[in-house]
Amino acid sequence: MVESVFPKRTSIVRRRFVTGAAALSCGAAVFPALARKATIESMVSAELPEAASSFLLNVEKIPVRVGKQHAKGVGINGSLPAPTLRWREGDTVELQVRNHLHEDTSIHWHGIRLPADMDGVPGLSFAGIPAGETFTYRFPVRQNGTYWYHSHSGGQEQAGLYGALVIDPADKPAYTADRDYVVLLSDWTNADPMDIVSNLKFDGDYYNFRQRTVGTFLHDIRKDGLMASVRDRLAWGGMNMAPTDISDVSGIIYTYLMNGRSPAKGWVGLFRPGERIRLRFINAASMTLFDVRIPGLTMQVVASDGNDVEPVPVDEFRIAPAETYDVIVQPTTDEPYTIFVQSEDRTGYARGTLATHDGLLGPIPPMDPRPLRTMADMGMGSMKNMSMTGEPKSDPMAGMDMPSHEKTTPDSQSVEQDKTVHHHAAMHDMDMSNMAGMDMGNMDMPGMSMHHSMPHEGSSSSIKEQRAVSGSPAAMPETQPAKLKTGVEVQSLAPQPQNRLGEAGDGLDGNGRRCLRYTDLRALKPWTDPREPSREIVLHLTGNMERFIWGFNGKKFSEAEPIRLMLGERVRFVLINDTMMEHPIHLHGLWSELENGQGAFQPYKHTVNVKPGERLSYLVSADTPGLWAYHCHLLYHMDTGMFRTVVVS
Amino acid sequence: MAAVHGPSSKAEPMNKATAVPYVNGIMPVMDQRIYVHALLDQFEARYSGSGGQFRYDGQAWFGSDYNKLWLKSEGTVGTNGSFGDGDHEVLYDRSISRYFDLQSGVRLDIDHGPTRAWGAIGLQGLALYFFDAEATFYFSDRGVAGRLTGSYDIFITNRLILQPQTELNFYSNSDGARGVGRGLSDIDAGLRLRYEWHRKIAPYVGITYSKMFHDNVGFRDNSDAVGSGTNFIFGIRSWF
Ligand SMILES: [Cu+2]
Repeated sequence: MVESVFPKRTSIVRRRFVTGAAALSCGAAVFPALARKATIESMVSAELPEAASSFLLNVEKIPVRVGKQHAKGVGINGSLPAPTLRWREGDTVELQVRNHLHEDTSIHWHGIRLPADMDGVPGLSFAGIPAGETFTYRFPVRQNGTYWYHSHSGGQEQAGLYGALVIDPADKPAYTADRDYVVLLSDWTNADPMDIVSNLKFDGDYYNFRQRTVGTFLHDIRKDGLMASVRDRLAWGGMNMAPTDISDVSGIIYTYLMNGRSPAKGWVGLFRPGERIRLRFINAASMTLFDVRIPGLTMQVVASDGNDVEPVPVDEFRIAPAETYDVIVQPTTDEPYTIFVQSEDRTGYARGTLATHDGLLGPIPPMDPRPLRTMADMGMGSMKNMSMTGEPKSDPMAGMDMPSHEKTTPDSQSVEQDKTVHHHAAMHDMDMSNMAGMDMGNMDMPGMSMHHSMPHEGSSSSIKEQRAVSGSPAAMPETQPAKLKTGVEVQSLAPQPQNRLGEAGDGLDGNGRRCLRYTDLRALKPWTDPREPSREIVLHLTGNMERFIWGFNGKKFSEAEPIRLMLGERVRFVLINDTMMEHPIHLHGLWSELENGQGAFQPYKHTVNVKPGERLSYLVSADTPGLWAYHCHLLYHMDTGMFRTVVVS
Repeated sequence: MAAVHGPSSKAEPMNKATAVPYVNGIMPVMDQRIYVHALLDQFEARYSGSGGQFRYDGQAWFGSDYNKLWLKSEGTVGTNGSFGDGDHEVLYDRSISRYFDLQSGVRLDIDHGPTRAWGAIGLQGLALYFFDAEATFYFSDRGVAGRLTGSYDIFITNRLILQPQTELNFYSNSDGARGVGRGLSDIDAGLRLRYEWHRKIAPYVGITYSKMFHDNVGFRDNSDAVGSGTNFIFGIRSWF
């Protein structure tokens, strides 16, 4: 029925899209005009589209309605979010992208290993796709799993130009499932992305209506006493920072979407009791970290950023923008289950339902309390490490709630490694001067007790990292930032950055649920490149929230040299987050092997979420030449400078 | 103000990154954009036992993260229609630290009184504990002058905000024609309670206290006197 609408040449391709579009968009609070005709049945029962290797993608303006407001978004083939694409590993895919907008567009295949000129970043890969023109992407598919694609032009990603990408494995899949659904999460706003940046430049708290008030002060006094409350206010005020700084852009203008549907409508995935359901979570939001749970069901995390991992049973996980996690759930009864996805700052949620037939709704749980930043987020270490002896705890496993993660207890190998890395280099380099006026001993910091440092420094690498930090002559060439000082582009420096890979994140640790931690991720297959890195590249994640300037090593993109890698070399990226916000850092074109203590089974990722005050590292094999983008995947952090060009030659 | 459009003159020359052969010279990220904003901090009617007046105080800027053109203007219109206390500044603004900008330029006193011109140099920014502060020195052949302003936002709720504010003016020499005394010449302090039903438009009510300090007897003291003392005020704070 639908096919006849389209020209013959593209009909096969188009039909698939309409199926996908219907699955994602029809009847949604955010719905495209073209998909509106599809029936509700096709929507709820649609799983993944068929795999294909040839696509015609029309980038176009699409009318959108959220609540009573009408707006224009950018989508593909009448669909917003853009349709789910399904490829096969081993195929060569060809994607014609036709630009029907009045401005340049581009599509970046997020997490896909491909020749640099196919990566889709204007200026780096190609010149972009001018209005009215068509660009053909063509490249072999050498991986499988869950990925996504999005525009790398202006604010188009915020405006809806993103879609899911599922690649079937050439061999048998590592995990089987009876049903397979994409769960694409995003943040929709009717506001102009350029206005959002401009507002944040004027007032970094523009979208934060959860700041501490006279009321919360009185409440804190009743709870903690007058002096402790005053001291706490003075400590934060003395830094011109606020513990309520969670998300730069909040639910005040965002509607959080699941597969394009607002919480009012919700998305529905059907199942029969006893079936194994694979849910492919993709965070396609511009600025929002999400916490995902399905009350009543345990989720087995089986893949991260497209790569299979050993199953980790969790109740909840945090997903930063651009990350993907595949989970398998197996509901045994026919009751409906709510997929509940809160924004990190708890100003809103996205929602869906797993149900045995359409129309059933599970209960919607109340949102959790919003987290507050702590001194650990300021890079001032955990309370434990702040002890006056200056010595970190000697038992690396103390304080870890291992029992709830039996499945993920580190193997003997990584436990051994732990023993070599007790001495946190940062401890010796602590700069106490930034902490003047703060009485750490008496400060009450809710949630603090949960933030134990987890000295899983990962591989033996940490010794070298320490050497790099203390500045002793290391044999290998290093790319070290000049001594960083606070200034226009650097609001704060973390005096004691911590390894926080063993924490689930602000608002999750200690909430009584099993929450996924980066240390839990263990790849099914060992690395393909067992070489030791030949050098380290240390990057501080820096910014000034008051001025809304972000960057690396105190510099915006336009002020900095590119990062140069030699083709074939293996390097370690060390990231130190000097800010009090999370930054999901994404390296295009190459894998990032997170050093999370899993030895040769460290997971491959394309986007690594760096917590506030955290120091972490990953290994990169520079095996594909070209110009690659390297950036924070919070759109407005990238846009205001947190971006580098990586040159592999 | 050529510097406004020019490249950042930080120690590092900007766009070293252009050493990379960007396709068609396209920068993948445009982080040197120009932004434009204006803030009308006070736009209010003042009432006291002796009459009423209207007062405005606003600033606008346009520019990049480091270099901006900054405009400031304030003034008072009495019930008799005379424009007093007119102060208008054009400044080049340079970001110099985490929270502070250095500003330099020209101040013109233009109102019903005689016009005066000053050179200006000062600091503006966010002092610790979130105090908004400005300290500016002015100089001319008539001597020097100084101005200190400060304000603070107390969040009663996230939308109901109590703002104490004060402005102090100092002059090294009195200027009889403009009703300016030597030393601390005048003070304008206020307590405003605003409601941000929208971030950019917030109505407020409050009280102000203002006083001119005259060290000489015999100053003309008519329109300037209106509004002196304690006033009840209402107005609207807005920005774009
Ligand atoms: Cu990307």
